[in-house]
Amino acid sequence: MVIIFGIYCLVMTVPNGKESQFLLRSRPPSEKLIDVGFKNLAIATASMVAIVLLSIVAIVFAGALESMGKYGLHFLFTSNWNPVTNEYGAFTAIYGTILTSLASLCIAIPLGVGTAIFITENFIPQIFKNIIGIFIELLAAIPSVVLGLWAIFVMEPFLRPILNSLNHYMGWIPLFSTGASGPGVAPAILILSIMILPIITSIARDSLNQIPSRLREAAYGVGATRWHTIFNVLLPAAVSGIAGGVLLALGRAMGETMAVTMIIGNSTNFNISLLAPGNTIASMIANQFGEADGSQVSSLMYAAFVLMSLSLLVNIIAQWLVKRLSLKY
Amino acid sequence: MNQLYYRPLSARSIANKSLTLFALILTIASTLPLAFILAYVIIKGGNNLNFSIFTTLPEPPGDDLSAGGIGNAVLGTFIVTGIAALIAIPIGIGGGVYLAEYSKRGPFCKFIRFGTNVLSCVPSIIAGVFVYGAIVSTRVISGSTFSAIAGGISLSILMIPSVIKTTDEGLKLVSDDLRKGALGVGASKFATIVQITLPSALKPIATGIILGISRAAGETAPLIFTALFSFYWSQGSQSLLEPIASLSVLIYNFALEPYEAQNELALTAALILIAIILGINIMTKIINRLIN
Amino acid sequence: MSQKVQMQNNKYKPESMISLEDVTIRYGKYEAVRNIYFDIPKDRVTALIGPSGCGKSTVLRAINRMNDLINGCSITGRIVFNGVDLYAKEVDPVEVRRKIGMVFQQPNPFPKSIYENIAFGARINGFTGDMDELVESSLRSAAVWDECKDKLKESGCSLSGGQQQRLCIARTIAIEPEVILMDEPCSALDPISTLKIEETIHELKKHFTIVIVTHNMQQALRVSDMTAFFNAEQLDNGSGGKVGYLVEFNKTDMIFNSPTEKATKDYVSGKFG
Ligand SMILES: Nc1ncnc2c1ncn2[C@@H]1O[C@H](COP(=O)(O)OP(=O)(O)O)[C@@H](O)[C@H]1O
Ligand SMILES: [Mg+2]
Repeated sequence: MVIIFGIYCLVMTVPNGKESQFLLRSRPPSEKLIDVGFKNLAIATASMVAIVLLSIVAIVFAGALESMGKYGLHFLFTSNWNPVTNEYGAFTAIYGTILTSLASLCIAIPLGVGTAIFITENFIPQIFKNIIGIFIELLAAIPSVVLGLWAIFVMEPFLRPILNSLNHYMGWIPLFSTGASGPGVAPAILILSIMILPIITSIARDSLNQIPSRLREAAYGVGATRWHTIFNVLLPAAVSGIAGGVLLALGRAMGETMAVTMIIGNSTNFNISLLAPGNTIASMIANQFGEADGSQVSSLMYAAFVLMSLSLLVNIIAQWLVKRLSLKY
Repeated sequence: MNQLYYRPLSARSIANKSLTLFALILTIASTLPLAFILAYVIIKGGNNLNFSIFTTLPEPPGDDLSAGGIGNAVLGTFIVTGIAALIAIPIGIGGGVYLAEYSKRGPFCKFIRFGTNVLSCVPSIIAGVFVYGAIVSTRVISGSTFSAIAGGISLSILMIPSVIKTTDEGLKLVSDDLRKGALGVGASKFATIVQITLPSALKPIATGIILGISRAAGETAPLIFTALFSFYWSQGSQSLLEPIASLSVLIYNFALEPYEAQNELALTAALILIAIILGINIMTKIINRLIN
Repeated sequence: MSQKVQMQNNKYKPESMISLEDVTIRYGKYEAVRNIYFDIPKDRVTALIGPSGCGKSTVLRAINRMNDLINGCSITGRIVFNGVDLYAKEVDPVEVRRKIGMVFQQPNPFPKSIYENIAFGARINGFTGDMDELVESSLRSAAVWDECKDKLKESGCSLSGGQQQRLCIARTIAIEPEVILMDEPCSALDPISTLKIEETIHELKKHFTIVIVTHNMQQALRVSDMTAFFNAEQLDNGSGGKVGYLVEFNKTDMIFNSPTEKATKDYVSGKFG
């Protein structure tokens, strides 16, 4: 084969000195085949993304069909979850998902944005900025199951007296209307805010860093103080990036499973109080899917489908915002 | 009186100072959780740490006061993560190469990019549900149900988009001049990618992939109903078709047991898991800095 | 107008290596150059000059099908090389580039050792001879052997700009192409490096057909045998766009001393550009 090919090359190219030493001046079919094959392989692997994504949607949807047919949209608004009588409504979990993720945002946004401002706007020497940056990155690397463990053994016992005194003095507010006796929604919100803090901080930091320095100089140039500049010039300029980061964090918080499952109490009974046990869609699936069968599996799949749609929606908006930001400067 | 003198008591400078103080407090509040968590896990988990826990098996709660060790869980974490990496790295690099080197801005490319972004935000528990529905309950892999392979597949779903993005972004950093140079001496697209652009982008790609793998090593939700858990060693290739232990699932299961010994083992496992993950993170950063 | 150009071509006809026949190149809908005719003679240096934006690089890249890499770039007309239309369906652009090598404006050595920079292309082309010898002879021809001989294992990027560019020339010579295209190879370099590269070109034209784009008229005068002068004219359609065209193609001394076209005369005497 090689010899034939060599002869072919000799015939094809006029042998003048060195030129005859280049056997592959004309490409053999095998080389072209590899070239085309590699391209097709790349296309095939890229298509895997689409295939996986579509199969996820298909499998979850197919699993949910039975429950969808049976409970329809009622499923979303009733909080009756009873495997014994085979009645399912996911309101508690959906409400819990939205409540915990929004509430954790309320805590994480000021912390994250405040930290981002502090480490971008020249308050402290570079080395401290770097150390804080590393801290935030490492926090993002801690597995959620470890955060859950810490929440069970340290955070929740520490918080319990505080939450109970909240109930004692402000029990007239429905949100604090029960006592705290262990896992519950409030500690779940706190652990969630710790989990999404790194996302918000790092995106807010990047957005602030991306602001061209001429904007900063212009503000200082007209005599604005540092905080004037931050509130009136820098934050408005960074707002769409920060908003994108906040939405990404929201998506993450809605889908977050382990830490929440371990600390939220996994109660399918609806309770308005933050101090009582509750549920989220993800924690409900984690907690029940292993032992479920029949229409419970289908109902969990239905809940999974709701979760997927919610997080898809939030993430698409988030990506749109982040992309718009990167086009701006 | 000179108007330019700094007036420490003016309303403006007090407001400025208190805002700065407030930002400082927020910053401290954001760094405290990591310090608390690390301190707790190191102190409590370290208490129980000795060499024998790496060689012994975990024990379910019983009359015995000991909860055993985490040997099979450490091994299982490496096996499951390894399977995930074996699946995700080739697919991810292939997809990234397609996006960065082949795709013209067509609709298919846009769809893949969008799909990658969407896949990267699919909640991890959904990946578990999907693999349960597609593989575990259907027994498509040699009739096995819960298995190391099923666990690895569900982790790989979380890893693929991150590998694709890393590869895509790494390749985009490679200057187009290099590609032109290679094509200019008659290299085919394949040779250009494999011999010039991929090697030039090796560092960011490898870093991203390693960080992605370390993140996957700590994931629990995709494993609890795919890989499940096991109280025994995984031995032989047949064991890939059987349930397998992992550090993260061990932590989840044992933290929720109402027994002190099991809780302590969970803490030790948490220490080991964090040590592995943060160790990889920090090592990659240091190596990266040294290479520069 | 194109007819006139063709007539001029007929005045002087050495053995031609590449002929451009009514070449028009577009980026998307935008026409960059229009109706180009000229013949590139074998074993000579042909310079393409003209004001910036008139399409010199576009034409040069068309000759070894580098434009294929640019989205939306399309060509009509024929570019004939050794009797083959380079844009015929069955022609493989990769093979074209093995016979028509290219040196770029920015030096772009591969992030590999100096030795590997040269060996890469040779291996790709199926080189069977003595690699060490090839590396040495290529570096010698490109006049960088003395600077490189003690550090063949070091990265190509560790060289100075001028040395990098000569390494890139060596890399192209190493694959023994029939034609070497150079797109403003000296524009990123200092005067001394420029001089060295011009000397290299003088050596190279003994064995290779060279086409060089330059914005430096003195350089064209110094290195080239033939010169093609390009210009751009405003489009009539009021879009403000410009289209490039070939004004005049002739022996270099004719272009510089007694050009037929007024635009050429104005350009070479520095009135615009
Ligand atoms: N990749 C490209 N995409 C779109 N237009 C291009 C591209 N490259 C060059 N052009 C346009 O084609 C015209 C000729 O460009 P070029 O060949 O680079 O000119 P020159 O090399 O003579 O300066 C210019 O108007 C330029 O804007
Ligand atoms: Mg040019």
